[in-house]
Formats: sequence, structure tokens, C-alpha cells
Amino acid sequence: MEKNYMKLEFLSKSSNESFARVVVAAFASQLDPTLEELSDIKTAVSEAVTNAIIHGYEYGEGIIILEAKIIDDEIEILVEDKGMGIADIEKAMEPFYTSKPNLERSGMGFTVMETFMDSLEVESKKGEGTKVRMRKKFKSLSSKE
Amino acid sequence: MKEISYIYRIYTYDKLWGGDILYISVEKHKDNLLIQFKGELDHHSSEIVRQKIDQQYLDQRIRNIILDLRGLTFMDSSGIGLIMGRYKNCLEKKGKLSIVNDNPQVDKMLKMSGLLKIINVYPTIESAIENI
Repeated sequence: MEKNYMKLEFLSKSSNESFARVVVAAFASQLDPTLEELSDIKTAVSEAVTNAIIHGYEYGEGIIILEAKIIDDEIEILVEDKGMGIADIEKAMEPFYTSKPNLERSGMGFTVMETFMDSLEVESKKGEGTKVRMRKKFKSLSSKE
Repeated sequence: MKEISYIYRIYTYDKLWGGDILYISVEKHKDNLLIQFKGELDHHSSEIVRQKIDQQYLDQRIRNIILDLRGLTFMDSSGIGLIMGRYKNCLEKKGKLSIVNDNPQVDKMLKMSGLLKIINVYPTIESAIENI
């Protein structure tokens, strides 16, 4: 069984959105993903990190924790913040729902994560923070075996 | 005919990751505002692009917006938010918003968002202008 793990902590600055997705893409590249698979996980990571910045910390300063685990041909990504938490997860996950309509957000963040990854779990406690866990299997690797 | 043509640059975190993540070029052609993108459109880079576009769209002569997304190497849902917002502005001014794209990753986001039901996508700038 192939196993690998990484953990990264960074400030909740919007300039770190590209940093986070580049890191995950570089880590995932050992699974020899297709361009589309790579672009899917980059997009999902970008959405989760953006949520942590805008909603978790509401543009304030905080730490975002990014973890990635590889087990065989699957990657598991965790994006965690210690921010304000989500009051109503079900509502937050509805397509096109945004708690900040004045910001011109599309309300598609969770929908993108759900669509581009194989699974999505959101754990949140008001006042304590949010954990977003996503998994994706890389078909390119299994098809070679 | 080009009336104004300039390139606006956005810098990212300390040039640590190769410097700029997004370049846009903004041009006015008669009553059309043409914006061409190169690089990555996310929450970080979309904020300043929004300001740049809206600032030019205040120009009374401009009615239509053409977004050329062919040069994008990345776009997340912040790009969708940006397009939706500009589309609404165009409606208010009785103008039209068109997209130029041939990039499969961007196309995937556009399809998901449902924007393709209300906005036309063209393969070239010329075909977008012809169809306004």
C-alpha cells in the first residue's frame, strides 16, 4: 500500500489561495494524474480555502490548515479553519446560496467541491471552526495496472 | 478601432510563486469593452479585475462587454461570480455580455454554473463582435 502525508499551515490571506492549490497539485502529481484530475482538485482546494478566508475568518487574520493524504490511488484533502463556523451547513451547501450576497459570490463553492471530488464531508461548530474533508480517486493510475 | 489599450498587472504574494498570477488587457472598441485574461482567476485576482472592468464600464459610450477567457489557466467559482455581476450590469445598461472561450477547464465551470443558458460563448473575438 502506497502512503504519503503532508501538512501545511498558512495565514488566511487571499494571496495564499494560489499557494495552497499549487502545493496540493505538486503533492498529488506523484499519483500521475491527468490534467483534468489535477485541475479538479486545484479548483476544489481553491474553493475550500476561499471559504475559510471569506466566511471562516471574515477577512480577518487566522490560520488555515491544509492536509493531504495519499493512500494508494486516492487523495484525501483536509482544509481546516478555527474561525466562526457555519450556522446551518445544509443551507450553506445549497447550490447558489450565499450568506454574503453583497460580495458577488456565486454561492457555488460547495457544489464545485462536491462535483469535482468523489466525496465531501463538512464538519463545523459555531465559534470553533470548520473542517472540509474531500477525497478523490485517480483513475489514471488504476487504469495502468 | 482601438481607443484605449493598456495592460493591467496584478501582483501576487512576494513573487514567491513566479510572480503575477493574472494579467488582463482592457480595450474599447466602439461601444464594446473587451477584456482579455491571461493566468489564474480566483477570489484574490477577481477583486481587482472587477474594479478595473466596472471603472471602464462607467464610460457612457460602452454598452457591451466581451470577456475573452481563452488565456486562463485556472478559474474557480469566483470567476462565475465575476461574470454574473458583469452580466447584471450589462442588463441594466441594455447591453450584452459575451464570452470567448475554448478552454475545457473553464468550460466545465461555465456549464456547472448554468450561465451558458443566458450567456453566449464564441470561439473568437471576431465572432463574438459579429453576434452582438
